[in-house]
Amino acid sequence: MARITLQNLAHSYLPHPAGEQDFALKELNHVWQDGSAYALLGASGCGKTTLLNIISGLLRPSQGRVLFNDRDVTDAATAERNIAQVFQFPVVYDTMTVRQNLAFPLQNRGRDAAYIKARVQEIARIIGMEAALDRRAQGLTADAKQKISLGRGMVREDVNAILFDEPLTVIDPHMKWELRTQLKRLHREFGHTMIYVTHDQTEALTFAQQVVVMHDGRVVQIGTPQELFERPAHRFVGYFIGSPGMNFLPAEIAGSSARLAGGATLSLSGHYAPATGAIGIRPEHLFLTDRGGLPVTIRRIEDVGRHRLIRAEFQGAPLNIVAPEGLPIDGLSHVGFDARRINVYVGDWRVAPQEKAA
Amino acid sequence: MEKTTNNRAWFLVLPVLVLVAFSAVIPLMTVVNYAFNDTFGNNEFFWAGLEWFDEMVHSSRLHGALGRQALFSAIILAIEVPLGIFIALNMPKRGFWSSLVLVLMALPLLIPFNVVGTIWQIFGRVDIGLLGHTLEALGLDYNYTNDPIDAWITVIAMDVWHWTSLVALLCYAGLQSIPQAYYQAARIDQASRWAVFRYIELPKMKGVLLIAVLLRFMDSFMIYTEPFVVTGGGPGNSTTFLSIDLVKMAVGQFDLGPAAAFSLMYFLVILLVSWVFYTVMTNMDRSASDIPEGL
Repeated sequence: MARITLQNLAHSYLPHPAGEQDFALKELNHVWQDGSAYALLGASGCGKTTLLNIISGLLRPSQGRVLFNDRDVTDAATAERNIAQVFQFPVVYDTMTVRQNLAFPLQNRGRDAAYIKARVQEIARIIGMEAALDRRAQGLTADAKQKISLGRGMVREDVNAILFDEPLTVIDPHMKWELRTQLKRLHREFGHTMIYVTHDQTEALTFAQQVVVMHDGRVVQIGTPQELFERPAHRFVGYFIGSPGMNFLPAEIAGSSARLAGGATLSLSGHYAPATGAIGIRPEHLFLTDRGGLPVTIRRIEDVGRHRLIRAEFQGAPLNIVAPEGLPIDGLSHVGFDARRINVYVGDWRVAPQEKAA
Repeated sequence: MEKTTNNRAWFLVLPVLVLVAFSAVIPLMTVVNYAFNDTFGNNEFFWAGLEWFDEMVHSSRLHGALGRQALFSAIILAIEVPLGIFIALNMPKRGFWSSLVLVLMALPLLIPFNVVGTIWQIFGRVDIGLLGHTLEALGLDYNYTNDPIDAWITVIAMDVWHWTSLVALLCYAGLQSIPQAYYQAARIDQASRWAVFRYIELPKMKGVLLIAVLLRFMDSFMIYTEPFVVTGGGPGNSTTFLSIDLVKMAVGQFDLGPAAAFSLMYFLVILLVSWVFYTVMTNMDRSASDIPEGL
C-alpha cells in the first residue's frame, strides 16, 4: 500500500506541445492518501484515463513526477509499481479457464499453489463466479468477462493501489449496483487505495470518500460529495454534479447584493468584492411562490417520480426548479431563493465571501 | 415463426448454376472424359473404365512426385508460418516505418511467378549470379543445376522469399486488431513476453493463421512456374513436383488419359487435405466456444 503523490504532473500526446491547449493533462499536484477511495469524475475525453495510465505506469508523463510513498517511480515499469488496474472493456485471456485467468497475476509473481488456489476461490466467491471456475473464458458474456477482469484486479492482496477505469460500463444496471457494493466492502475490508474513474456522478458519489472532478485536462475540484454539491468550485462542477445541474444567472455583484438582468436584486449571505459574474444555485434550493422572489415563466413541468422538475425561464435564461410532488403549481409565477445556498462565480470559478465587510 | 415453402424458389439459383457450369463443371468434365476413355486422335474415344486410374495409383513416378510435393509443402509451411509470425511481431505498429515496411513486404507478392523464377535462376547461377558466385567464392560447393540438395535449397529459399510476406501480412493484420488494453492488462498482470504471445497474440491470430496455412498449403501443393523456371524439375527428377510432372505427362508425352486421371486425383487430394486442415482448425476453435451459454 502506498500514498501516491503527483508533482507538477502534466502530459501531452504530442511530441512537442506548443502551448497549454496541447496538453491532455494540464499541470497538477495532488496526493492520493493511502487507503482512501477516490472517484475521478469528468466528461469523456477530459484526461481521466491519461491520469490513471500515468499512475499505473502504462504512460510516461511529459513532465512532473509520480511518487509512491517517498519513492520516485516516474520511470519505473508497471510491474515494479505493483498496481492493479481494471479497464473499461473486459480483458480476459480467451484460451484460459476462469480459474486460470484469476490465478494469472499471482502465478506471474511466483506465489505458491496452495495460496493461489485459496485466493482464487475467495475472489470467485466475491464476483459470484464460483460455479464457472473451470469454464473457458471464451464465449462468456461481456458481463461475466468484466467480472473476471475485476477479479483479476482484486486478486493480489499486496498491491499499492487498485485503479478502475470505468469498469462497470458494460455491466447490467442491477449487477452494477451489486458490484459497486462489493467494491466498497472490499475497500473497507482490505483498505487498498482505490481510484475509480467514471463519468457517472451517481457511481462517483456513492463509491468514493473523495471525488476528484476533472474538466478539460484540469482537476477543478477535490472534495466530498457534499462539498461538490453545496459549494462547486468551478461552474463545470455545478453543472456536471446534480441532475439537473446548477442554475447560473449572470449578475453584477457588489457587497452583499447581486443585481440580475432586468434590474432585480437579490441579497447574498456574505460580502463580495464588486465584480461582474454569475450567481449559481441548485434547483433543489429554489422554490416556487406566488409573491416575492423573481418573476419567472414556466415552460415545462416534468414529473420524475418523487419530485417534479420545473423548467422555467428568467429574463431569457433557463432556470430549473425542483418542486415537491403534490404542490399545486397553478398561479405560482415567482421563484424564491435560499440566500445561504447561493454561490458566486466570477469567470468560471467560485469566489468565497469576504471575511467581514469593512 | 411460420416459414413459407415454395419450391419455385430453386429457380433463383439457376443463374448461378449456369455460370458455374460454364466456368467450372463443363471444363472439368472434359478432363473426366479423357480420364475414362482412350483416344488416338480424330475425336474418337474408346471406353477405358478405371484403367488409367489403376495405372496412376500404382505408378512409382507419381508416388515419387507426390512424396516430393508433400515434403516441399511441409518444409515451406514449417519455415514460412513461424517466420511470418516472427516478422509480423517485429514489424513497426504505426508511423512512417510501418508504411514503409508494409510496402517492402508486399513487394515480392506483386512479382509475376515466372519473373520470380527467372530472378532466382540468375541469382543462383555460379557463373554470373550474386548468390551462386558469392557462395562459390566463399569456397562452398553450390550448384543447383547438378546437386539435388542445392536445387531443393534454392527452390525452398525462393518460395520463402516469395511468400513469407503473405503470412507476415496476414498475421500483422491480426495483431493490429488486438486492442491496446490487452497489452496494458498483461503489463499490469506482469505477464512475460512469451505469455503475451501465447495467451493474447496467438489466440487472436488464430483466424488469420488458418487462412494463411490454407493458402500456403494449396499454393505450394500446386506450385509449377517458379521451380520449372529455375530447375525445370531437375537435376533428374529431384524437383519434379506434381504439377511439373503432370505437364510433362500431358503436354510433353501427350499421355492425355493418364494425365487426366492424374489431374482428377490431384484435385481430390488438394480438396481433401484442405478440408481436413479447415475442419481440424475450426474444431480447435469450437471446442473452446462450444460450452453452453448462460451465466
